[in-house]
Amino acid sequence: MLRFVASRVGVLLPTLFVIVTLSFFLMRVAPGGPFDADAQLEPEILENLRASYDLDRPVIAQFGLYLGNLARGDLGPSISFKDYTVSELIAIGLPVSLQLGLTALLLATLAGVPLGILAAANQNRWLDHAIGTLAMTGIAVPSLITAPLLTLVFGVTLKVLPVAGWGDGAWENRVLPLTALVLPQLAIIARLSRGSFLDVRRQNFIRAARARGLPEWRVVLVHALKPTLVPLVSYLAPAVAGVMTGSIVIEQIFGLPGVGRYFIQGALSRDYPLVMGVVIVYASAVLVMNLLADLAYAALDPRIRRGFSAGSAA
Amino acid sequence: MTADAGTLVAAAASLRGESLWRAAAGRFAANRAAMAGVLILVLITAFAFIAPLVSPHEMETNDWERIQIAPTAEQAHWFGTDANGRDLFVRVAAGARVSLAIGLITTLVAVLIGVLYGAVAGYVGGRTDQVMMRIVDVLYALPLFFAIIILVTVFGRNIFLVFLAIGAVEWLTIARIVRGQTLAAKQTEYVEAARSLGAPATRIILRHIVPNVVGPVIVFSTLLVPTVILVESFLSFLGLGVQEPQTSWGLLISQGTAALDSAPWLLVIPASFLAATMFAFNFIGDGLRDALDPRDEA
Repeated sequence: MLRFVASRVGVLLPTLFVIVTLSFFLMRVAPGGPFDADAQLEPEILENLRASYDLDRPVIAQFGLYLGNLARGDLGPSISFKDYTVSELIAIGLPVSLQLGLTALLLATLAGVPLGILAAANQNRWLDHAIGTLAMTGIAVPSLITAPLLTLVFGVTLKVLPVAGWGDGAWENRVLPLTALVLPQLAIIARLSRGSFLDVRRQNFIRAARARGLPEWRVVLVHALKPTLVPLVSYLAPAVAGVMTGSIVIEQIFGLPGVGRYFIQGALSRDYPLVMGVVIVYASAVLVMNLLADLAYAALDPRIRRGFSAGSAA
Repeated sequence: MTADAGTLVAAAASLRGESLWRAAAGRFAANRAAMAGVLILVLITAFAFIAPLVSPHEMETNDWERIQIAPTAEQAHWFGTDANGRDLFVRVAAGARVSLAIGLITTLVAVLIGVLYGAVAGYVGGRTDQVMMRIVDVLYALPLFFAIIILVTVFGRNIFLVFLAIGAVEWLTIARIVRGQTLAAKQTEYVEAARSLGAPATRIILRHIVPNVVGPVIVFSTLLVPTVILVESFLSFLGLGVQEPQTSWGLLISQGTAALDSAPWLLVIPASFLAATMFAFNFIGDGLRDALDPRDEA
């Protein structure tokens, strides 16, 4: 197990390095720069501006500088948000994004697993079909559609919830973004747990539990629940990535002050340090979640530790 | 005597007649949700190409007299007009052409790259396989959507780069699926037979391995098309994808969201088209999975 952990952690840092290197050079190689919009700038001012962000140096030197600062946890100054460093912007945005994302995942799991098991327990009956339809809707209709529609119904027409804004995290402001973020994840989790529970139910130990005359709720909750959850663990990592992607759009639609908004702003204005900073934060989050999912999976199923490790089943 | 022989031949023919693919096609045709999906797609595609012929309007013509009018038969503004007085009916059709084209072409690119990459890695095996799959692992760790946004940031907001950027990221899963299938197919007798007859590796991969791993790939690509359409919509919604004067469903939904309280049809109509397409592809994908993999029926 220890060797497995070490090999997994050993892959993590080089992966992060490759990501940093790739995105750094991709962005510098491309034509155009962060000061394109200010076309009327005097050449001397432009030169000074570029010098103040070290953009006048050779790309390799810039890369060395960036890595050095990164090692000390310094992500550099933002170009489009003047007077802010990238770390400050991320420190402002990350709590909002994290709160939204983690709450959404938690809610999706808490609601999705029981729904999936309920559907499986009533396989091919109306409840199964109803939950299946709900799940299909959640998967097919993206947050891009649900978020504005929810705003239209509850914000504009019924006027019961705020149309947009964070309101310093008031619950009224969270309901609509969370709903839009939870629905697709809930649908996928419900589907996964339905399939997983159906598999588990055919196993001999469940039959044995039934044969001993245990009540159905005990069979489900005590014997079948844990093995049902095992395949869900490997969904954890892609789920985190999915929630983060979703939250970019959600933050945009509801005007929430999260990291996603800074990312889009940075991408639109070619704010290199800002985009890099957000990519590093997000990529680390995904890598760590991948690692945790792999470890949890290996801890639950010893066969994976010994077998060929083809990466996480993302 | 001859009659008996005739019935025997007929019986033998009916025994032999059902190929694996035909059986799958039969199961697919019997799946009502999947057939509804096909019907929806046919209708939307037809709409995309017929709408501009039927409507008297051009997608870029502004009618400053009629800004944000609700859907009406008057002046043939069947879906109403947007904030610039442009007819939504032809714009939704134009968006459909762009969104569907991006979905199909990009999926094709991703499938071609993924199948070849995965088949080679799986068939060659050993160190080559390890290196190739490690590359996939590293790329996988980069959240797809961010990778695409970086690519679009770098190479500009160009519709063909949107194709490429999405395709360049989406082949990874296909490569993994195909590699796994190839590892299994490599152990089979027919591949061994081909190898012992002296067939070269390229021939074995293209003639024996690829056709036999195609089932899961078909299912996955059917589900990849809506994913790609969705990614494109997300990008366009954020202003990083398709640019004016061109349009796509994502861009239309974005503009509809901006006019949410004054002109809700600008959101609801394109959103319905996108949702219907998503449903259609998902139904078809599920139907194909059930049809191609009957083991799951139990």
